[in-house]
Amino acid sequence: MPTVIEMTDLRKSYGGRAVVDGVSLAVEEGEIFGILGPNGAGKTTTVECVEGLRVPDGGRVRVTGLDPVADHDKVARVLGAQLQESELQPKLTVREALELYASFYPSPLDWAPLAERLGLTGKLATRFGKLSGGQKQRLFIALALIGNPRVVVLDELTTGLDPRARRDTWKLIEDVRDRGVTVLLVTHFMEEAQRLCDRIAVIDKGRVAALDTPAGLIRRSAGATVITFTPSAPLDDHDLAALPALAAIERKDGRITLSGTDETVNAVITLLARNRITAHQLRVVDATLDDAFLDLTKEEAA
Amino acid sequence: MNTAVLRTEFRLFRREPGAVFWVFLFPTLLLVILGSIPSFREADKSLGGLRPVDAYVPIAVLIALIMSGVQTLPQALTGHRERGILRRMRLTPVRPSALLSAQMVVQGTVALGSALLALLVGRLAFDVRLPKQPGGYLLALLLAAAAALALGSVVSSLSRTTKIAGAIGSAVFFPMLFCAGVWIPVREMPHAMARVVQLTPFGAAARALDRAAAGQWPGWEHLGVLALWTVLLTAGAARWFRWE
Ligand SMILES: Nc1ncnc2c1ncn2[C@@H]1O[C@H](COP(=O)(O)OP(=O)(O)OP(=O)(O)O)[C@@H](O)[C@H]1O
Ligand SMILES: [Mg+2]
Repeated sequence: MPTVIEMTDLRKSYGGRAVVDGVSLAVEEGEIFGILGPNGAGKTTTVECVEGLRVPDGGRVRVTGLDPVADHDKVARVLGAQLQESELQPKLTVREALELYASFYPSPLDWAPLAERLGLTGKLATRFGKLSGGQKQRLFIALALIGNPRVVVLDELTTGLDPRARRDTWKLIEDVRDRGVTVLLVTHFMEEAQRLCDRIAVIDKGRVAALDTPAGLIRRSAGATVITFTPSAPLDDHDLAALPALAAIERKDGRITLSGTDETVNAVITLLARNRITAHQLRVVDATLDDAFLDLTKEEAA
Repeated sequence: MNTAVLRTEFRLFRREPGAVFWVFLFPTLLLVILGSIPSFREADKSLGGLRPVDAYVPIAVLIALIMSGVQTLPQALTGHRERGILRRMRLTPVRPSALLSAQMVVQGTVALGSALLALLVGRLAFDVRLPKQPGGYLLALLLAAAAALALGSVVSSLSRTTKIAGAIGSAVFFPMLFCAGVWIPVREMPHAMARVVQLTPFGAAARALDRAAAGQWPGWEHLGVLALWTVLLTAGAARWFRWE
């Protein structure tokens, strides 16, 4: 698979503070690549360097082999983007916006079916200023796709969308990917990342904290498996603390919650059997991407 | 220049009743109101035998240019920047400069249309003679429009927000009207004052239009002042303008 977006040691500072601090990534053709990270981690700054809207202080960015700043015109023809924040002329109608932006590209998509899929057909005559937040967001998704791009960068794709629109949008993005388009997606929704992304980079304080498939991230995080039960007799803290691969213990109202790995599960069962203790309401669940994310960005929260 | 952007900006201008009124209708309306005063239709010796209404036609023309240059153009440009519309444009193969030049063309065309309306209404309603030196008049008009648009671009370059653009626009607006001769026609100003005023873009434009209206060549010194201002202001705007 050829690399479509490549970042090498990307750096950007504002006021002497490194906001992007040596990010290296390679996004391959036809994949949906996710970027997760806490607020202010540098996600938008990173993707706006890819779009050519910000000029990096150091490092290298290439989009289909082109420099987004020096070859801006060429990159603009193959890259579509939805910004985290933007507006259009308040009195421009949805239809006019779609027609106008379609006219900018050499071989645009037909805007009518696109508007249909994004639920904008009933709003074509509405002015931008009169759209709801979610409708504006849908219009910007349409504008990102209208030029029939090879690469799409979406910064907070479904923020502000209702649950149904969110699911419809996911389907749309999957269809776009199935046509061979490469997608770079910034998101705060773990469900979205888990469903859409082939690979995910977790960015924290301007650096890549982890890069893996969604399943890989969950597996790698400490406490990928969570065990909860109410023991029929008190358990010794020492015994619990000695469990292998244990990430955390929590006791609440007589209930014990342990996070660890499959190895921990086996050891707990052995421990209980040895002490002839019954585990009431035993639950063993896999951690979610949410848990993995919180684990990977722990220091930031503290 | 991108024609789709140009068409869109024209359409959007028409949806701004305030801009349409102040740039396109107000100058002529002012002319009609002043022309309705009987004494404005009597020949005045201090105006070299012209009637005040004759002298006010070029002033109405300049008001149209000033309105679009220092009021509506900076508002539109700064608004486009403030809202991130110019930034969004940078993501497309069409450069944001297409939006900038489209705004210039729209504002310039509407202002020139407004000037034409003032000339026509003056002719039809008050029997004001059309310029006797039409070539010179047109040249002076185009140069004055270019200077007005360049001034507007500088105002927009220096304003981070539409509020600031509004404030600077208003601060510049009244001195510009004064120079154009709204209160005292430039030719009637005391000599020393006239000399200074003629060095400003609209003072020079007022003199050039007056002379062309009377059938003379507008005078290279006035046209030169206009051209110099246009060049300086354009250079300033090019240097200071920010896309975001
Ligand atoms: N133009 C700018 N000038 C100064 N500081 C900036 C600028 N843009 C971003 N920053 C700073 O850089 C840091 C990273 O911002 P960025 O927008 O990239 O974060 P993010 O990861 O996208 O966050 P969020 O999840 O909130 O969107 C923030 O601390 C922000 O204050
Ligand atoms: Mg962001």
